[in-house]
Amino acid sequence: MSKNNLTPKERMQIERQPMPEQDPNVRNKNFEQVNLGLAEEMAIMEAKRCLQCKKPMCVQGCPVGIDIPAFINLIAEGRYLEAARKIKEKNSLPAVCGRVCPQEEQCEGVCVLSKKSMPVAIGNLERFAADFEMAMGEIKIPPLPKPTGKKVAVIGSGPSGLTVAGELAKMGHQVTVFEALHKSGGVLIYGIPEFRLPKKILQVEIDYVSKLGVEIVNNFVIGKTKTLDELLSNGYDAAFIGSGAGLPYFMNIPGENLNGVYSANEYLTRNNLMKAYLFPEYDTPIFRGKNVAVIGGGNTAMDAVRTSKRLGAEHSYIIYRRSRAEMPARIEEIKHAEEEGVEFLLLNNPLRIIGDEKGWVKEIECIKMELGEPDESGRRRPVPIEGSEFTIKVDTVVVAIGNGANPLIPMTTKGIETNRYGNITIDPKTGATSKPGVFAGGDIVRGGATVILAMGDGKVAANSINEYLK
Amino acid sequence: MFEVIEKRVLSPVVSLLKFRAPHIAQSRKPGQFIIFQIDEKGERVPLTIADADPEEGTITLICQSVGKSTRKFNALEKGDKILSLVGPLGKPSHIENFGNAVCIGGGLGIAVVYPLGKALKECGNYVSSIMGFRSKELLFMEDELRSISDELHIVTDDGSYVRRGLVTDVLKELIDEGKKIDIVFAVGPVPMMRAVCDITAKHNIKTIVSLNPIMVDGTGMCGACRVTIGGKTQFVCVDGPEFDGHQVDFVELSKRQSFYRENEKISLEMMNDHKKCWEKESKVK
Ligand SMILES: Cc1cc2nc3c(=O)[nH]c(=O)nc-3n(C[C@H](O)[C@H](O)[C@H](O)COP(=O)(O)OP(=O)(O)OC[C@H]3O[C@@H](n4cnc5c(N)ncnc54)[C@H](O)[C@@H]3O)c2cc1C
Ligand SMILES: Cc1cc2nc3c(=O)[nH]c(=O)nc-3n(C[C@H](O)[C@H](O)[C@H](O)COP(=O)(O)OP(=O)(O)OC[C@H]3O[C@@H](n4cnc5c(N)ncnc54)[C@H](O)[C@@H]3O)c2cc1C
Ligand code: SF4
Ligand code: FES
Repeated sequence: MSKNNLTPKERMQIERQPMPEQDPNVRNKNFEQVNLGLAEEMAIMEAKRCLQCKKPMCVQGCPVGIDIPAFINLIAEGRYLEAARKIKEKNSLPAVCGRVCPQEEQCEGVCVLSKKSMPVAIGNLERFAADFEMAMGEIKIPPLPKPTGKKVAVIGSGPSGLTVAGELAKMGHQVTVFEALHKSGGVLIYGIPEFRLPKKILQVEIDYVSKLGVEIVNNFVIGKTKTLDELLSNGYDAAFIGSGAGLPYFMNIPGENLNGVYSANEYLTRNNLMKAYLFPEYDTPIFRGKNVAVIGGGNTAMDAVRTSKRLGAEHSYIIYRRSRAEMPARIEEIKHAEEEGVEFLLLNNPLRIIGDEKGWVKEIECIKMELGEPDESGRRRPVPIEGSEFTIKVDTVVVAIGNGANPLIPMTTKGIETNRYGNITIDPKTGATSKPGVFAGGDIVRGGATVILAMGDGKVAANSINEYLK
Repeated sequence: MFEVIEKRVLSPVVSLLKFRAPHIAQSRKPGQFIIFQIDEKGERVPLTIADADPEEGTITLICQSVGKSTRKFNALEKGDKILSLVGPLGKPSHIENFGNAVCIGGGLGIAVVYPLGKALKECGNYVSSIMGFRSKELLFMEDELRSISDELHIVTDDGSYVRRGLVTDVLKELIDEGKKIDIVFAVGPVPMMRAVCDITAKHNIKTIVSLNPIMVDGTGMCGACRVTIGGKTQFVCVDGPEFDGHQVDFVELSKRQSFYRENEKISLEMMNDHKKCWEKESKVK
């Protein structure tokens, strides 16, 4: 085993270990993972870069407060299983987070090394430890306390629901997760593609939650199959709403209902959840466009545009109305998309989608934009440049401009307050909604946010629910 | 898994299947639908809940073979199990005592009109039903419809049963006779619903249609089922499936339904090639 007694200077001299990746021209034709994972020696080398700060900023940068220096030190010493377990004290989905967290804005964004050179690759190390534990088949179920006899209903099996369920199970409560879809995982299963987050990996982490004693009931829509009020009056002592932001926004421009126009949710759901890329072996079809325009600049847009490439598009465009610096997607996803041949049409706004006589997409008309004064979001407001309209030939348009809150639960539950966007309002300290015994978190509260923030909400709510049940 | 506990073949292309699904049976109201998925590789397909028995915990589905998935569904037998059934989805029909209600069902549309007509009758309406089929061999549910209708009119395209004609011919006659009609419910192929709406619009008769666009999740997440209603985009799975027929953009709806026609040909061809295999497969389960 390697020693981990380097001086800070020696540590600083090690270069950040690059994540091995599939060749861009190969990977843009398959759905296999893009990032292959760090080899053992690389992980150790990367781990040795960590300065083991006395006041680690990274821990504050992590929304669930993983003891980052500790787990990295365990990797540096070759104690990978212990590293994985150290992470799991705070985060029950490390293989997921290691792959999808926007690290550059969180833990790595505040790493002191990032001021001088490159931050420690915390995300890649987290993935390494989690994958190692999985590969060894050494996933340990912690000892569970005596059952408290209390029952909790969780709505939605996304990262917030899975987290709250796991935490409550570890506190001895009996938890049932109700999920509308036939598979669990929320956006992780229907939205994020296989090439970023393999379903197998996700399944292991979901199985872990099940092994803690959580029951997951699929094909069960709260508000339809049963209402939340019915659950509460039939034996459930408390509930958590983690129903996500699953209502696709459209732009309300002409031509949006033409054949060939998809919401990103539909495009990604067909492909990920229903495996349309394997059609006709799988029954769900997807239109494999030759020229695909994806509108938006977030993770969803990047996932959709990279999917279109893999489905055989000759040209895949990102149409985004601001500049690259304002794109909300993870930097790594933007970089990967570029390498894979995605064409970025920045500072462009779609005006209308033009169809042929049969009702199919033929072209999209855009207008060029420039950046003006900052708006209330602090980002510079894009302003159209008059007379700069132009059209591009496309046969598919994917609208990825964001999602709103699905109104089903507030509509069918008495006493749940929402804000003007339809998001459920909570006390941020406890996750409590306006209805006694009902808590909420994740995207249904925040609007489209991140996996780790949804998980953080799940933890906060789990503690409050535990208090509430006492 | 959801088990088939009864199966009846209603016509060469339509079957009735009863499933054990207690939660759905208890919550379901007329007008709502489910989404089924036969197996891991299957599509998610919406079907109206034709009937339900909350005590027995069963729901009845009536399905017309169109493409691969509905054919596989209709090949299921008693005792077979399918991967998933989710529901009840969509808004229930708005039922009240309107007075004179005319229920028009074209082909498979009968399966949707039946629970509607039943609820309308129970609510005190005078129910006139009009059923249209292409020919006699495709006719089904005649007795059921008769049992809930004050008057029942049957037409066939080819004249092989009762009388030759279209459902719209009967509707026109009723209007011309001066019959007071307070509301029309029309369910069937898009061209039929559109033709009905053209007539009722002229006479200012409120008309409700039940739309069947392509769907994926059925919970308002994907937007596949969007239609234009009175110039505004609506999602059929959560805002419908029933809408004011005079507001529906039928041209757009039929275009959108043709989206996957090419893919479906491939699916069907493949299925015919492997017919023997999957027939066996569905027996094994
Ligand atoms: C394409 C895409 C890519 C993304 N990429 C990233 C990324 O790289 N990194 C990152 O950090 N974040 C990413 N995000 C955001 C992240 O996925 C979400 O913030 C996160 O999943 C929110 O978790 P959640 O638990 O609140 O809800 P969700 O993951 O949305 O899960 C909600 C679940 O609840 C179910 N549900 C809803 N209503 C009901 C009901 N009435 N009854 C029963 N079940 C119900 C839904 O079916 C769903 O399964 C991405 C999002 C998308 C769409
Ligand atoms: C709310 C709702 C309720 C419905 N109720 C019933 C019912 O009670 N009984 C019944 O038999 N059918 C019903 N349908 C229609 C049924 O869902 C479709 O016939 C089915 O999806 C076709 O699937 P398939 O795989 O067999 O055919 P596919 O191979 O998928 O398609 C065959 C053809 O049908 C078109 N198509 C695809 N999906 C639909 C659709 N949802 N509706 C109409 N055409 C479609 C395709 O574009 C194609 O041209 C309902 C649809 C909706 C949306
Ligand atoms: S969970 Fe996310 S923020 Fe926390 S350490 Fe891991 S990658 Fe960083
Ligand atoms: S079917 Fe997905 S939104 Fe209606």
